[in-house]
Formats: sequence, C-alpha cells, structure tokens
Amino acid sequence: MQDLKTPKETETLLHPITITSESITTREKRGNNNGRVTTLWWKKRFRLGEFLIEKSITAISFLSFAFIALIFVFVFRESLPIFSSSVVKKPVETKQVQQETYGDDTPTAELQQQVDERKKSVENLEEGGATAANLASKTWQPVSSKPKYGMLPLVVGSLKVTTVAVLFSAPVAILAALFTAAFAPKWAKELLKPSIEILAGIPSVVIGFFALIAMATFLQNTFGFQYRLNAFVGGIALSLAVIPIIYTITEDSLSRVPKVMTEASLALGASKWQTALFVVLPAATPGIFAGILLGIGRAFGETMIVLMATGNASMFSGDLFEPVRTMSATIGAEMGEVVFGDTHYTVLFFIGAVLFLFTFTLNAIAEVFIRQRLTKRFEGQ
Amino acid sequence: MRKLVRKLLGLSIPLLSGLCAISVVLIVLIVMGEVILGGWSTLSWEFLSTGPKEGMTEGGIYPAIIGTFLLVVMMSIAGVPIGTITAIYLSEYASQKSILARMIRFAVNTLAGVPAIVFGLFGLGFFVQFVGTGMDKMLSGGTDLKWGQPNILWASLTMALLTLPVVIVSVEEAIKAVPRELREASLALGATKWETIRKVVLPNSITGILTGGILAVSRGAGEVAPILFTGAAYFLPHLPKALSDQFMELGYHIYIMSTQSPDVEATRGIQYATTLVLLLLTFTLNFSAIFLRYKIRTRKAR
Repeated sequence: MQDLKTPKETETLLHPITITSESITTREKRGNNNGRVTTLWWKKRFRLGEFLIEKSITAISFLSFAFIALIFVFVFRESLPIFSSSVVKKPVETKQVQQETYGDDTPTAELQQQVDERKKSVENLEEGGATAANLASKTWQPVSSKPKYGMLPLVVGSLKVTTVAVLFSAPVAILAALFTAAFAPKWAKELLKPSIEILAGIPSVVIGFFALIAMATFLQNTFGFQYRLNAFVGGIALSLAVIPIIYTITEDSLSRVPKVMTEASLALGASKWQTALFVVLPAATPGIFAGILLGIGRAFGETMIVLMATGNASMFSGDLFEPVRTMSATIGAEMGEVVFGDTHYTVLFFIGAVLFLFTFTLNAIAEVFIRQRLTKRFEGQ
Repeated sequence: MRKLVRKLLGLSIPLLSGLCAISVVLIVLIVMGEVILGGWSTLSWEFLSTGPKEGMTEGGIYPAIIGTFLLVVMMSIAGVPIGTITAIYLSEYASQKSILARMIRFAVNTLAGVPAIVFGLFGLGFFVQFVGTGMDKMLSGGTDLKWGQPNILWASLTMALLTLPVVIVSVEEAIKAVPRELREASLALGATKWETIRKVVLPNSITGILTGGILAVSRGAGEVAPILFTGAAYFLPHLPKALSDQFMELGYHIYIMSTQSPDVEATRGIQYATTLVLLLLTFTLNFSAIFLRYKIRTRKAR
C-alpha cells in the first residue's frame, strides 16, 4: 500500500524547484497528467536518443491501430465488388453457357426464340450474380451452374445456434457466478474458478470434436431427434465456449458491488439469498448485460465448433433440430476452394464483413455498459 | 402463503446456483475425461514421432506437432516484441487522456473481439493476396507464384495479430505491478526515462512478458479458423523447409481427420489421441501462465 502516494506529493518530491518557479497555468497542465513522472519539455535537456526511442515506441504501438484499420479496409475492400462490378463482369460467361444448352435442345431456333432466350439469360444472370435479390433469397448454392447466394439461411442458421447457446449458457453462467459471489464457501470458489479458467482454455476445435463425437450421439439418444448434428447440438456445444465469458464478466461485476450495499441489506434483516437476489444481482445488471452481449458476439463469430457440430446444411427453416449452416462456418468451409476475385469469394468476404461489423457493434455496446453505467453506479455516488 | 414462497425461494436459489456451479465443473471433467479416455490407448512415443501412413489411416502426428511448433515460434517472434512495446507505451509513455493512447487502447480492445475467422479472411486478403502477390510481382515480375499463396509465414503473421491483445494485456499488468519507488529511485539517480524502462522496469516485468508469450502461444496453438486458408495443409510428405511452404497443424489435423477424412470411423483413435495432445499442450501452457501470474500478483501485494 506504500506506493499509493497521491500524485501531487510525488510531483513536489521530484520537481521542487520547477514548481515554485512556474506560473499557475503550467501547474494545471501537470495536474492533468494524472501524476505521471513527467518533466516539462522546455525544462528537459533534449536527448536525441531518448527522443528517437520515444518516437519509435509510439510508432510501433500505433501498429495495432493500423492493423485494425487494415482489417476494416481489406475485409470490406474484398467484399466491395458485390455492390458494383460483379454484375457487369459475370454476364459474359453465364450468357454463353445458357445459350449453348438452350440451343442444343432446339436446333431449329427462330428469331423469336432467340429473343426469349436472351431474356432468359438475363434472368439467369441476375440469379447468378450477386444482386440484392439473389443475396436476399432463400437458397445458398454457391457451387452450381446457376450459383445462388441467398444469405437468409445462413443468417437464420447463425441466429438459431446463437440463441440456443446464449439461452443455455447465460442462466448457467450467471447463476454460477452468483453462487461464487454470494453463497460459495471458500473451497467451492477455489474449485470453480480454475474450472472456468480451464474451460476458457480448451481450444474451440477440441470442443467441436467433443460435440461431434460424443455429445451429439448422447443428445440424440436422450432427445431422439432425427439428425445427429443440428442447430441444437451446435448451440449446446457453443455454450461451452460462451459460459466462461459470461461467467467471468458477471462474477467481476458482482464482486464490484460495493460492500456497503450488501451490508446495509443484511443489517436491515434481509437474509443472504434475499440480499443476493434483490440487492447484488440488480446492482450488477449492466455488467451482466455486457457479459451476455459479449457472449452473443463470441457465439456469433465462433467458427470451428459450429463447423464441426451443426451438420452444415444450409436449410431455411425455424426448426432447431435440423442441420444448419452458420455464416462463420460457411466462410470456413468454402473459402479454401474458391477462386480469388470470383463472385463467390466476394460474397464470402461480404459475410465476413457483416460478422465483423456485428461483433464490433456488440463489443462497443458492452464496453459502454461496463465502462460507463457500471462504473458510474458504483463509483459515481 | 408468502412465508412459504419465501422459504421455497430461500431454499431454491442457493441450491439452483450451486447446481449450475457444479454443472460447470462437471462439464470440464466430462470433456477432459472423454478426450483422455478416448486418446490414452493410442498415445505412444511412436505416435508422436512418426508421420501419417497408409493414406492417413495409420501412423502418427509428428509433422503436425512440428508445424504447430514452427507456427507458434514464428508467431511469438512477430507478436511478442510488438505487444511488449505497445504495453510499454501504454503504461509508461502515454498519458491516459491523449487521443493516440485512446486510439491504441480502442484498437487493442477491438482486436480482442474480432472473430477468429475474420482474421483468417484478413490474412488471405492482406498477407496472401496483397503483400504476397505484391512480393511476387517485385521479385519475379509475377511469373512464378511463390509468396502469393498460403504459407507458414502468412499463417504465423495472421496468428500474431490475433494474439497481440493477449500479450499486451498481460505485459501491461506486469509493468503496472513494478513498484513506483523503483522507477523514482532510478530517475533520482539521474537515469533517463528509457534507461529506467530498460534497466529497471523491463527486468522487473520479465515474468509478465513470459506470461503473455505463453498465453499467446496457448491461444495460437488452439485456434484453427485463422489458418484454415492462410497456410495449413491437409497432408504433406515433408516438413516445411522454407517460409513459403505450407504446414500441418494439430488443431487443423483434428478438424480434417474428424470431418473430411474418407473413413472417419477407422481413424477415431488417431483423432482422440491428436485431441489429447493438443489439450495437454494448451493445459501445460495455461497452467504455467497461471502460475507465473500468481507469482506476479503476490509480489504486487507485498
């Protein structure tokens, strides 16, 4: 506790002369610096080495920002042709193919038929390219003579799996965190926390493997659904990856609830569980909410688990017990076999951009909840 | 009536939350038990030291182990220095309110939240397509395809980016644990800021840097999505010899063997044993990181 000197104290210690000889404005400037050990630049002897080192350290640190910007630019740049050139580029190939097959069927084609044919090929072209209508359709069939890039089944698939995962993991994780914060004896805490750390450390491919080999069969035997791998199995598997996230953040915000609040509640005669349920839990809601949001983001973006455990068939249905293909799994499964710069490639990048934006937004909102609401609630009063 | 409800709630809430806590512990035990029981019988020295044989239905995972090792080593070489320097900047140089520091913090938080598959896309779009093809054009006029395709270099760089936040967070924590008096003493003796950092702060936070590196390696060894299309290969008869070679990797091997292999049932033993090896690897790494972090924290409290 000794190193918790107040900022002002250390400053006077370090620069006793400078402070007395300076105007009030510079003093205020120093006060803004959070008590960091800094010297004013005109008082400091200029050293080239120090200057260069500081600048290069700053430059290297800036790399992380540069990379975030690059990720943003490149993921969006590769998906950009969707909105412009692909519709112009694609027609040539599709038209020729369509004309040939049509011509084979009716060798004595007349002018009228040719016009029909051209009309048809225009329709086909619209189906084959990445038009808005195609992207919003209900079939995902990227590898065929008439590729269909309907993203709806993928979006629905992602939503289904994420919903199952969060509905399963959120109650378990929040209640487990409440248990650690309010009821658990010390030995239980010391068992639970490492377990969570271990669970968080299990690679997603191992969870995927476990779900694919063992869990899917077990769940099928228990619930007796038709397909062994389906959205439900994928969701439960995903929850293994989501539980540590929600647990950690919930536990963190529960333990940040000021002791005064719990003590006041207990002093008023409330029992342990009443305090936990009606005082601690409500006080920590912004944190819990943030945890759930981060959990949703993780579930939505997770690839390997859903790639292995959901059956990977792009069906457009609301049934939880049918195989699904999620957005992330589609990228993982198909990007390896795609031609660079192709429409399919572009559409996959577009899906990636959507994933990126979605998780980015969720993280930003979660950050606001933790940073502002929770901190304000506990420290602002 | 109200009394009854209250009594029921009072009983059920601790019970329910306790049950959830127990189920979390059980889940961990079940996953580990399943993998250990399934893989133990196949695991042998021979399994670890030979390559796949008979069209990948027999033999071991030696190339995958070496590939994973090379991947994480190259990833650490690229990622740990950058992460450490960023942590130094954030904790020593930047004032909390400067726009630049805020931007960098924001970037680190965002990097930590981006889905792994998006890193894969970025690796493909930026490293393979943009940098790689650019290098090909510069070096050979674009005639032969050497760098413009997935390889171990691009995979490691992609992974380094993914693990950057892990390094930054744990190094920063260690640097903050260095007592302020040490810095002040050094400065008072006339050392410059950089001398203080290099000779006082960094040596005192070396365990933190190590922890960051270990956690990053553990994370990198376990992630598969970023290398799916930036360098991992299904099967290679030889080990990667150059930076422009593809490589086999443990996690990718598990994925491939359990979903894409022609006879999934016949190779079940190999799949389990590979999973066990990966699990043991990440656990060993994580436990040593937890141990080191514990040491740092106890020192901080002293």
